[in-house]
Amino acid sequence: MKPWIKPVIFILCLLPLAWLIFALLTDQLGANPIEELTRETGEWTLRLLLITLCMTPLRGMFGWTWPLRVRRMLGLFAFFYVCVHLTTYIWLDQFFDWNEILRDIYKRRFITVGMLAFVLLLPLALTSTNAMMKRLGKNWKRLHQLVYVIPALGVLHFWWVVKADVRAPLVYAVILVLLLAVRTERGKAWLKRDKTAAIA
Amino acid sequence: MVLIRTPSDIQSSEITPESVYRERRRFMQAGLAMAGGLALGPQVLQAKTGAYGNLPRSPLSTDEELTELKDVTSYNNFYEFGTGKADPAENAHTLKPSPWSISVEGECAKPGTYTLEDILKPHALEERIYRLRCVEGWSMVIPWVGFSLGDLLKRFEPTGNAKYVEFVTLEDKEQMPGQRWPILRWPYVEGLRMDEAMHPLTIMAVGLYGDVLPNQNGAPIRLVVPWKYGFKSGKSIVKIRFVEQQPVSSWMRSAPSEYGFYSNVNPEVDHPRWSQRTERRIGDFIKRKTLMFNGYADQVASLYSGMDLRKNY
Repeated sequence: MKPWIKPVIFILCLLPLAWLIFALLTDQLGANPIEELTRETGEWTLRLLLITLCMTPLRGMFGWTWPLRVRRMLGLFAFFYVCVHLTTYIWLDQFFDWNEILRDIYKRRFITVGMLAFVLLLPLALTSTNAMMKRLGKNWKRLHQLVYVIPALGVLHFWWVVKADVRAPLVYAVILVLLLAVRTERGKAWLKRDKTAAIA
Repeated sequence: MVLIRTPSDIQSSEITPESVYRERRRFMQAGLAMAGGLALGPQVLQAKTGAYGNLPRSPLSTDEELTELKDVTSYNNFYEFGTGKADPAENAHTLKPSPWSISVEGECAKPGTYTLEDILKPHALEERIYRLRCVEGWSMVIPWVGFSLGDLLKRFEPTGNAKYVEFVTLEDKEQMPGQRWPILRWPYVEGLRMDEAMHPLTIMAVGLYGDVLPNQNGAPIRLVVPWKYGFKSGKSIVKIRFVEQQPVSSWMRSAPSEYGFYSNVNPEVDHPRWSQRTERRIGDFIKRKTLMFNGYADQVASLYSGMDLRKNY
């Protein structure tokens, strides 16, 4: 792996947050900046989860090794953005009104699935270290299969929050389905066929 | 676990003081000053005199601080121009608000097609400063320029069969590019019960901030019903129909379990997917409590006496 790949991706992952902070301070997030901040951090979580899921197929298609080496970092950035997203909701939206937050989790299905996705992501972030990988052994891989479920919950969370225009969540849903499809036996065969075709 | 608090449980100390919810702009400006060494002067938030000159201010106006003009004209729900909040301001230039006419139909003695000039001629315009509460949980204070809808409707002499009034927005894919996707059933339809339409608070607006109505706010003429969620106030109206049966609005058709005919602002009746107990006034940092009938309960609650507002949402 080229030594610059990791730091470049690290900086790229920070750019959305840097832009949001800059835009917030310079009043460029529109009339309702808190809503915009919530939406953007939520979408970046979803994007990073999907980008993380691209890494294995990328290796399969092109034989590169770097995608697997940046995969953990990408997943942790997804976790980082969901933390900002959740903080925006708890702090700027509900202002630590825990009663109201509990009501939301209980009553509003989009918040229920959003919280569930966060709760499922938490153990993945906590067990992302090499030491935890070693300690958990086979169970680590089993646990980390949750990475296929979490983005689905994220898409559902987005789908249920929009009023009528589901085009944006639909795009994420389609990408997720494709990324899961290339992991099936058929999908893997298709990826391989593509590679031999490219070489030939 | 009891999570529902009755109003009497709310301590006055829990109510956000006005000084706090005005903080957001100042917080932003402080941030900006730090970031760029800039200092913004205080912004003048008084209604300017535009095309309509100095209009008398209706006593039905609120004296709350106005939402900034740039926010009123850049943060809009007008799906005919796209579903993003900034889309209408960007795309509504394709709307041609002149010439304009309104077709009056149904249960009335004087149906017909009236030009906008015919519609406006006998009415004295005034400034009406109203709160506007969106079903999404945000609100604004807008100085509309308009006149009583009831005065307009009387001119068409509705018959005894006219129990409801239906308002239809323009349908034209060329002028309204958002209509190329079936996000909602086009044209956009809204309706009021006759007594709601005749209520002195209900107006037809032709301007805001003393100037003609910007396209993205529903030019050239729109409805404003301040005690209902914003979507009840149809924009760019081309048809008014007096009908006997309760109209089916575009949102009722789209999601009947989420949007009812009445859609009165009501903090006690949640949208199925989010709470309606609080709202963020655009420009504020901290949310405030939503008021029954958007704070117009004294004037309009009697319209609904005896009705179950949970069922008639």
